[in-house]
Amino acid sequence: MKKATVIVGLGSCGLAAGAGKTYDEFHRIRQADKLDFDIKRTSCIGMCFREPLVEIIDDTGKYLYGSVDVKRVDEIIEKHIKNFSPIPEYIIDSEKYKSEDSAFFDGQVKITLRNCGHIDPESVDEYEQRGGYDAMRKISNANLSPDKVIQIVLESGIRGRGGGGFPAGMKWKFARNNVSDKKYVICNADEGDPGAFMDRSILEGDPHSVIEGMIICAYAIGASEGYIYCRAEYPLAIKRLNIALDQARSKGYLGENIFGIPGFSMEIHIKEGAGAFVCGEETALIASIEGERGMPRRRPPFPAESGLWKHPTNINNVETFANIPWIIYNGPEAYARYGTEKSKGTKVFALTGKIKHGGLVEVPMGITIKDIIYKLGGGIIGDKKFKAVQLGGPSGGCIPEYLSHIPVDYDRVNETGAIMGSGGMVVMDETTCVVDVARFFLDFTQKESCGKCTFCRIGTKRMLEILTRITEGEGKEDDIETLEEIAHTIKDSSLCGLGQTAPNPVLTTIKYFRDEYEAHIRDHKCPALSCKKLLTYEVIEENCTGCMACARGCPVDAIEGEKKQPHNILQDVCIQCGVCFTKCKFKAIRLS
Amino acid sequence: MRIKRIPQKVNHEISDLSESIDLELMRPLIEKYKNKKGNLIPLLQGTQEIYGYIPREAFLKLNSVTGLELNEMYGVATFYAQFRLSPAGKHIIKMCHGTACHVQGVTAITDELSDLLNVKDGETTEDKIFTLETVACLGCCSLAPVMMIGEETYGKLTPNQAAKIVKEIRRNEKLRENEKV
Repeated sequence: MKKATVIVGLGSCGLAAGAGKTYDEFHRIRQADKLDFDIKRTSCIGMCFREPLVEIIDDTGKYLYGSVDVKRVDEIIEKHIKNFSPIPEYIIDSEKYKSEDSAFFDGQVKITLRNCGHIDPESVDEYEQRGGYDAMRKISNANLSPDKVIQIVLESGIRGRGGGGFPAGMKWKFARNNVSDKKYVICNADEGDPGAFMDRSILEGDPHSVIEGMIICAYAIGASEGYIYCRAEYPLAIKRLNIALDQARSKGYLGENIFGIPGFSMEIHIKEGAGAFVCGEETALIASIEGERGMPRRRPPFPAESGLWKHPTNINNVETFANIPWIIYNGPEAYARYGTEKSKGTKVFALTGKIKHGGLVEVPMGITIKDIIYKLGGGIIGDKKFKAVQLGGPSGGCIPEYLSHIPVDYDRVNETGAIMGSGGMVVMDETTCVVDVARFFLDFTQKESCGKCTFCRIGTKRMLEILTRITEGEGKEDDIETLEEIAHTIKDSSLCGLGQTAPNPVLTTIKYFRDEYEAHIRDHKCPALSCKKLLTYEVIEENCTGCMACARGCPVDAIEGEKKQPHNILQDVCIQCGVCFTKCKFKAIRLS
Repeated sequence: MRIKRIPQKVNHEISDLSESIDLELMRPLIEKYKNKKGNLIPLLQGTQEIYGYIPREAFLKLNSVTGLELNEMYGVATFYAQFRLSPAGKHIIKMCHGTACHVQGVTAITDELSDLLNVKDGETTEDKIFTLETVACLGCCSLAPVMMIGEETYGKLTPNQAAKIVKEIRRNEKLRENEKV
């Protein structure tokens, strides 16, 4: 009998769900009972809704266990490891046992996330066992010229995964064609888009793939120095990147004359972002690395011509770089086999919101939104009605249910008014108010506007005021038209992507859900029963036990009634704070 | 623009603390970054790591040693959300207000903690144990709603659970304090 191996998923999500304690518990019991099995760690497996995840590999195969909290560890060790009898109820996926959650993996194609959840992210050896740094070795052994490398990237058709969707190979070509004694490669890991976390997962789960991608890029464009600009909110990612960079240096993958290519040197530094969404924009990011306020600059000149410290610079995001080694090693045809005519390869989506199976999924381009939500994501929580999906974060828009048959493809998504963005997919059901969501995004972009362009600085503020007014039942008859007018002006007169796209959430929700705006403005009603100021709270007499919990909690004493008698809410005093609704344990407060 | 993060008036209480600021602690940091290009943000980040915020005295020190202009440093410090110009509590509660958390009702949780601790966004409790902050996205969207206290992330919260966690931390802090006395 071979020794069993226990692998615990220790990404940020797993840790938040208690995987650290699970990991410790396996260690504790192994030591206490003097058992003989290996314990390893890996990062995000993608199935966030069943964290903590534990995989057990033994002679009979691989078994993925879900929701393994500390209490289940003992049982799993007792039954599975000691007595070789797996516990089907806890298993999500294995050769023999399937669960209804297995569907989450069907239809996924893992290129970007090829190693995530399979390797110990702090071990360069495990990365290399799965073909790590072989792409760079291939370049060296086959004497692939920089132009040939760029040709491969161009032929693969990969487009920038950060949101813009600009062909990565073109960007590299521009940077290569600009002659300079110093060039830079920058990895944009400032994943500021609320609702997206694939870059974090890649950095935490497979940091070497990003580093290798950057080395390949440096070789192709002729750079010798690189920066990874990572959000300070991702401490684990930064820690693992530092470990990976040290390993790469000691293995000789970073430094001078690397991979036996004479004259090819590369060094990579980490820059911690200081918390500004606008720094995801490439010229603002460069300003931030230079130590200035992260404000965008006019383009042209583009960074490929004059970027960091005025040298030619190529910027790609984490997901793009993670794909590069795979493309070089397997060839452009292998990558272009997936996807649609103009959007090749796979894309990682962060599936969140009112969805049953939230997590990270990597799917071939061209799959429909509906398939992602229903086949992989398992549908809507509580089987409520699917209303819309928000794609692309604050720069994107809402795609309504009736358009969910469209395939994910840069151009098809753009046609709806949303954008692919970095791949955040927030699912909304009938209880989500789209006006409130639009207000939420405007609140975000208004705070994050750097203030350079007048229309972005002031326009977003005015739009936010109008939206807030509408959600509070104070909307005016011509508000929708005013919103549209300001929105188009901001789009037309902003320098960077933040301003040019900030109005998208409002424009798409007006386009697809105009009736909801009108209901707020004309009838002072929120059809989704979400905007607090537009709700009435009432006591359901049959359910009320007269426990007085609501009355005690009410901040304005709007609830009257004797103990053990049904209470009553005084509507003219009520401020719709919702405290009574959360305090009531007997479902005796009704919203309307 | 996050105008509210700039303190509107000078807090005299803070100025009184200035004597207790040991500027010597900054020496290794300054040695490391002095004369390097693009050093402004790492210097400010390092200073904040030492003191928990960037004291006025530290700005002056950086100005005299590195020659960085005060207005430039202030401009950068007030631009980025990460920097603080007044002391923070021992534990910083970061409430995730990302899209997924918003849709899953994080606002109610922030309100609950705000009431419990009697502070607003960005403020520090009277006992200096907590600072409550809302942040854009912690990237744990599938566990929404999420908050982070120190390095620890808590997911799938309800207002009650969040309050319980905070109360627990406060109780432990009080116990520790009593032990010291």
